[in-house]
Amino acid sequence: MDSQAIATHPEHEETAHEHPPFLRHHFATVEQQRETATFGMWLFLLTEIMFFGGMFCAYLIYRNWYYPAFVAGSHQLSIVLGTVNTAVLICSSFTMAMGVHSAETRNRKALITWLLLTIVLGCVFLGIKADEYHEKWEKHHVPGLNFSVHDFVRENPAYPDDKPLPLDMADKTQVYFSLYFAMTGMHALHMIIGVSLLIILVARAWTGAYTEGHVAPIENFGLYWHFVDIVWIFLFPLLYLISRHQ
Amino acid sequence: MSELSQKEILDTEPTHHEEHIVGPKVYLVIGSSLLVLTAATTAISYLELGVFNAVVALGIACIKATLVILFFMHVKYSSKLTKLTVAAGIFTFFVLITMTMTDYISRAWGLW
Repeated sequence: MDSQAIATHPEHEETAHEHPPFLRHHFATVEQQRETATFGMWLFLLTEIMFFGGMFCAYLIYRNWYYPAFVAGSHQLSIVLGTVNTAVLICSSFTMAMGVHSAETRNRKALITWLLLTIVLGCVFLGIKADEYHEKWEKHHVPGLNFSVHDFVRENPAYPDDKPLPLDMADKTQVYFSLYFAMTGMHALHMIIGVSLLIILVARAWTGAYTEGHVAPIENFGLYWHFVDIVWIFLFPLLYLISRHQ
Repeated sequence: MSELSQKEILDTEPTHHEEHIVGPKVYLVIGSSLLVLTAATTAISYLELGVFNAVVALGIACIKATLVILFFMHVKYSSKLTKLTVAAGIFTFFVLITMTMTDYISRAWGLW
């Protein structure tokens, strides 16, 4: 993000040292500054890949070890809400990309519109997630809080072909739900951070900060937002679509 | 919006190698493709494909991720440095998965 502390140099006139105000002095050109910022953001995203990657690896191992429990757990999730959420995030990636385009073409009003739309879609996603979490709480599927194997040792009316699990495997559904809450919860935290940053970006964009050539913050926030979308793109089939063919 | 000289445009334009700004049409096509692929993922999950259910679902997810990375994240239009960085990230992720799996598979697999 661009810092407010841009060094001022009152002693020389405009003509002696021409550069856009957002070009920091330790960069030779705007192009170099932009490229450096993008490189830095990608390095951060790489650490995020490894961060989520650890949880994906845990998922991979436990799904192989306790597959029936994962099937039973996945069948408790709403495939409709999951698909809708995926579509919502894809649309939010589209609106974010359009925001970057607006900044590049120096269209302040369009930029603000697209950023606001991205915020709205992000909040829709979080709202649906909150509803899903609430349902888990009500059905006693939250490990460590109020978990009960009740639903897993008897038949699931929505999936009559699912056999009820023996007690030790039914207990392993806690592993599935732990991973569900850990992975979607960490993803939701990233969404909340993203929406908060978007609000700040909208406020700054309103003053014209990003439509005078200083596109980098919008571009690089876009990278972050698209990355969070990609994480969900993988979370959705892994968590929601286990053995749905019945 | 003021009139800019050619030099000023080049100096403030996002990228030199991105001589063209990616237009809304590209975003619309990619966005629609992503939505279609999402519908496909959900629809295919209702088919009985055995172990290939997971393979197909993850395969489609990889295609979607590729589209997002190349077009929404502009990597297709980015410098070699950016492309190399993305490739390095994907490579390191695969190292994480494969090395962890070889560790688990080679000892006490499933002996919980």
